Parts: sequence; C-alpha cells; structure tokens
Amino acid sequence: MTNNPSQFALLSRILHWLMAAMLLAMLFIGAAMVASLGNYHRLVAIHRPLGIMILILAAVRLVNRMFTTLPPFPPTMSQRERFLASASERLLYTLMFALPLVGWGMLSAGHYPIVMFGPVHLPPILPANPTLYAILRKAHTILAYLLFVTFLFHLSTVLFHTLIIRDRLLNRMALWPVRSRKKTSS
Amino acid sequence: MNSSDHNSGLEPACAKLRRGSLMIRLIAISLVILGITGLFAYTAGWLTPNVLTPTRIIDRFEQVNGEHPGFRRNHAKGVCISGYFESNGQGVGLSKAVVFLPGRVPIIGRFALAVGQPYAADSAHAVRSMALLFKLPNGEEWRTGMNNIPVFAVNSAQGFYELLLASAADPATGKPDPSKMSDFLARHPESAKAIQLIRASTVSSGFGDSSYNSLDAFRFIDAQGSALPVRWSMVPCQPFEPFNAALSRASDTNQLFDALIADIHSHALQWHLIITVGQPGDPTAEATLPWPPDRRQVDVGTLTIDHVESEDASPARDINFDPLVLPNGIAGSDDPLLSARSAAYAESFTRREGESKNPSAVSTAQTGR
Ligand code: HEM
Ligand code: HEM
Repeated sequence: MTNNPSQFALLSRILHWLMAAMLLAMLFIGAAMVASLGNYHRLVAIHRPLGIMILILAAVRLVNRMFTTLPPFPPTMSQRERFLASASERLLYTLMFALPLVGWGMLSAGHYPIVMFGPVHLPPILPANPTLYAILRKAHTILAYLLFVTFLFHLSTVLFHTLIIRDRLLNRMALWPVRSRKKTSS
Repeated sequence: MNSSDHNSGLEPACAKLRRGSLMIRLIAISLVILGITGLFAYTAGWLTPNVLTPTRIIDRFEQVNGEHPGFRRNHAKGVCISGYFESNGQGVGLSKAVVFLPGRVPIIGRFALAVGQPYAADSAHAVRSMALLFKLPNGEEWRTGMNNIPVFAVNSAQGFYELLLASAADPATGKPDPSKMSDFLARHPESAKAIQLIRASTVSSGFGDSSYNSLDAFRFIDAQGSALPVRWSMVPCQPFEPFNAALSRASDTNQLFDALIADIHSHALQWHLIITVGQPGDPTAEATLPWPPDRRQVDVGTLTIDHVESEDASPARDINFDPLVLPNGIAGSDDPLLSARSAAYAESFTRREGESKNPSAVSTAQTGR
C-alpha cells in the first residue's frame, strides 16, 4: 500500500505539506515583519533560520523527486493543463531555492552577520557591496510575491479539479493512503 | 489489500454537478483564494494605512529634512573610525559574550551628528553619536549606536514620529512652530521630562571628550543562562571641557568634525566601556527615564580609536548599526524602541544603498588646522 501508483511517494507527500506550511508561513512572516516596528526583530529572527531550513529541505526534495517515479497525470487533465502544471511546479522548485539563496546573498552583500540562533551563523556567500545589496533586496521582494501568486494559481487549480471536476486530484498528495476507486460514489 | 485497488488509477468523477451545487463550489473556491489574498494584504499592512510602519517613519524623515540620496536618513553627517577594544575580563561574570574574554577585538565605527541633513553646519546642540561594530573572533558581531545625551527624548516610535514633525522647520518662517512643540509635549509628558534632563546636561567641547550612552536597556546573559538588565556607556579618557561658544567659529561649518580628525591624527582617543547593572524594578522599557545613580558600574575594557577616514573611503558607510545585531550573551530588553530602531534602520539602509552616493561633507584630507 505504500506504493500506490496514483499517489506520490510517502516522503514526497510529507515534504510537500511540510514545505507548503513553511513557505506560506515565510511569506506571511516576511510581509508582516517589513510592515512592523514592534515585532520586526522577533519575526526576522525566525525568518532567517526558517528560510535556511527551507533551502535544506528543497535540496532533499529535489533529490527525492529525481529518484522517485511520479504518478501519471489524471486523464482529466488536458495537454495544456499538464504543461501549465509542470511549468508551475518547476517555477515553485526554482523559487524554493532562489528565495533563501537571495535572502542569504542579500544579507552578505549588506555586510550583515547571518545569524541563525545563539552564536551559530552562516558565512557570507557574496562580497559586501551596496548596489548588489539593493538589487538582491528588491529581487527578494519580487520573488516572494511571485511565489505567492504561483501558490495561489496552484491552489486554485487543485481546488477546481477536486471540487468541480471531482477527479480526486488532491488524493494524489494526501498524507494518508487513499485507495483509488473504479466507481464514483456520487 | 486488493490488487485491483492499485492499477485503476484516478478516474474522473464527471457526473454532472447540479447547477446550484456548481455555483456553491465555485463561490467556495473564490472565497478561499480571496480570503488568503486578503489575509496577506492585511498582514503586509496594505489595509491599515494609518498604522505606523518603518516605511512611514523613513518617509517622515525625508519629509522634514528633504531628500539626500545616498545618506543615512538620520545621523546623516558623520565620519568613520577604526581601532580596537581591549577587554580586561571584568565583564565575563556579567555576560558570556566572547567580547568580554580578556583580549583585543578590532572595531570599526562612525561618529555622527543626529541631524537629517548631511551638509548641515556643526552645532553644539546637535546630539553627537558614536556607532561601533565589534568584530569578534568567532565571526559574531556586536553593533551599537550610542548618543551623548543622558536619556532619549521619546519612549516609542510613535513619539519619535510626532516629535519629528513638531520640531520641523515651518516652511513659512524657517523655524519650528512653538505651538506644535507645546502640543507635542502636552501629549507626551515623558518627553517633556526627558527634554528637560537633556537640556540640563552640560555639553562637552567636542566628540573626543563626550560620553556616549546606549540609552536603551539590554540584557546580559551569563554562562549559567541568567539575565541581568544593563545599559552601557563609553566614558572618555580625554578630560572633559565644557563647550565654549566664544571659541566656536561660525564660518567653520565642520568645526566639531575637524577638531575630532585633528585629535585622532595627533594621538589615539580612548574610552572606557562602563556597564551599568540595573536592579529589579528599574525601567527597561523607558528610554526617557534615567536609572538611579547608585547602580553598580563595571569597567569592562578600553576602546582605542586610532584611525579616522571619510565616509567616502570607509566600509562603515555601508554598515547598518542596527542595535539588535548582538553576540550570544547580549540580548535586547522589552524596550519597544529597539525593534523599532532595527526596522527603521533597515528601511533607511535599503533606501540609501540603492541610491547613488554623494561625497560626504566631512573629509579627512583638509584638516590639521
Ligand atoms: C524560503 C523562503 C523565503 C521566503 C518565502 C521569504 C519571504 C520574504 C518576504 C515576503 C519578505 C518581505 C519582502 C517585502 O515585502 O519587501 C522577506 C524579507 C526579508 N527576508 Fe525573506 N524569505 C525567504 C528566505 C529568506 C532567507 C533564507 C533569509 C536570510 C537568511 C531572508 C531574509 C530576509 C530579510 C532580511 C528580509 C527583509 C528585511 C528588511 O529589509 O527589513 N529571507 N522575505
Ligand atoms: C524609534 C526611535 C528612533 C528612530 C526612528 C531612529 C532613526 C534612525 C535612523 C533612520 C538612522 C539612520 C540609520 C542608517 O541609515 O544606517 C539612525 C541612526 C542612529 N541612531 Fe537612531 N533612531 C531612533 C532611536 C535611537 C536611539 C534610542 C538611539 C540611542 C542611542 C539612537 C542612536 C543612533 C545612532 C548612534 C545612529 C547613527 C549610526 C551611524 O552612525 O550609522 N537612535 N537612527
């Protein structure tokens, strides 16, 4: 029952939901902190290590994806939909790497220590440089908003399939094993 | 488990939805997407234009001082310094931060006047500041910005925001409007008291014989993990001389900076880092209030400043002296100014790093007069 071919592998499903929660949390923490005076410091102190955790998990996830077979697309998805789904997945993977790397890079370029927790900090990955900092800081915002929009697109298509077409698309990613049925219940 | 469960794959459940049911489902999906978007917009502050944010504070600096691209939005006029801090080991019992282990750590920093206009003439009344970055051997940093006043004029970012406008020059008269200031003081009695204390303190002759105070409270965490409330000061080894207005030359717009540069060129300047340990009940969230004068003070080492450089040549220009860049063993207190400073400095830093740089008013070349 662990390798039901209509579902993603168990590790893939766990990584999917864990990272979905973390990325969504990061978007909200990021948006909240740059608008907050009172909670800015507390939120940035969570934002940095959580973002680096995402970078590590993104690497695990990419390797995992390369070594597992993906379930086939359901027949209810048209050629164009399949293309869009693959493209948005590739974009999401790219952003999972790009956002934390840009975050780390911009703090390096801004001459900041990259504090994780306690005395633990990361080395700079770029030289300190004002223009580089300014560009990466802007890029971090743009990429974060792009992630948010891509996420909304991803969520609405899954909801559309699950609630309107009712092809049980969501089951492919369900954390629990879902038996696929021949007959529909409705 | 039955094997037919496996190979069937997902099959469409395309039985037609009734119209009503379809509408409800479409509305539900739209509500989810709109709800998340709305929550995000709210979190980002887009729906609450009257709440004070870092952007709005920095906008106000630009509103009252004009735009000066490339410069700090406050403490805009300054000069960069370097040297070292020699710890005497007396701080080890107070905090586990490695900066307090006996030995030397390199320093870079910046002296500045707390003015928003980078080319303003030096004035005895402008607040003087010393900002330092301690580079610790394990790669950690301690950044601190200190002022030469005994207490801070406001206890909140909101207070600062209002004070900026109340003390801004009226475009019609070129002078601050006294009625705006008295309105502000009536609304902020804590600032009225603090400003009295600031006015009552005697101003020294220059940067070199000033004391610089953290004003905000912090916490020192020792090796056992227990925390002490502290404030700190850099107390000069140079003898105090009161500011002498008769000696000041109105024609010399950089007189305070030029004197500092000449001093450092002739000999290194030194300060003692004095830690004041608070007692339970001492206000830690009130930068407008002094602590009682009998609090324990510990001299934890000596700062030596032996180099001075124009902002145009120093990496310190492109450093954000964020007061919450702290090593393990030093932490912020419940003072709301700390997080607000962190946020506002980041916004000021981001703006100025993206702008083309203009030469600093203070040059180290043309001094020695
Ligand atoms: C993994 C995904 C990440 C996401 C989704 C994310 C998201 C965000 C968002 C939405 C903002 C607010 C942008 C704005 O409105 O201008 C932000 C700002 C920021 N992020 Fe990230 N971020 C991520 C990773 C990181 C990492 C790894 C670091 C550092 C190690 C980092 C450091 C920062 C900093 C320092 C700021 C802004 C601080 C300021 O200018 O005041 N981020 N981030
Ligand atoms: C909410 C209150 C405050 C606001 C909004 C504020 C604002 C600012 C801004 C915008 C800068 C320029 C930052 C940069 O671009 O790097 C600055 C610099 C500075 N502030 Fe504040 N400040 C506040 C409170 C304080 C307090 C309580 C102190 C106490 C000592 C202080 C000391 C300094 C110093 C020393 C600098 C200069 C750092 C340097 O030379 O780079 N500020 N402030």
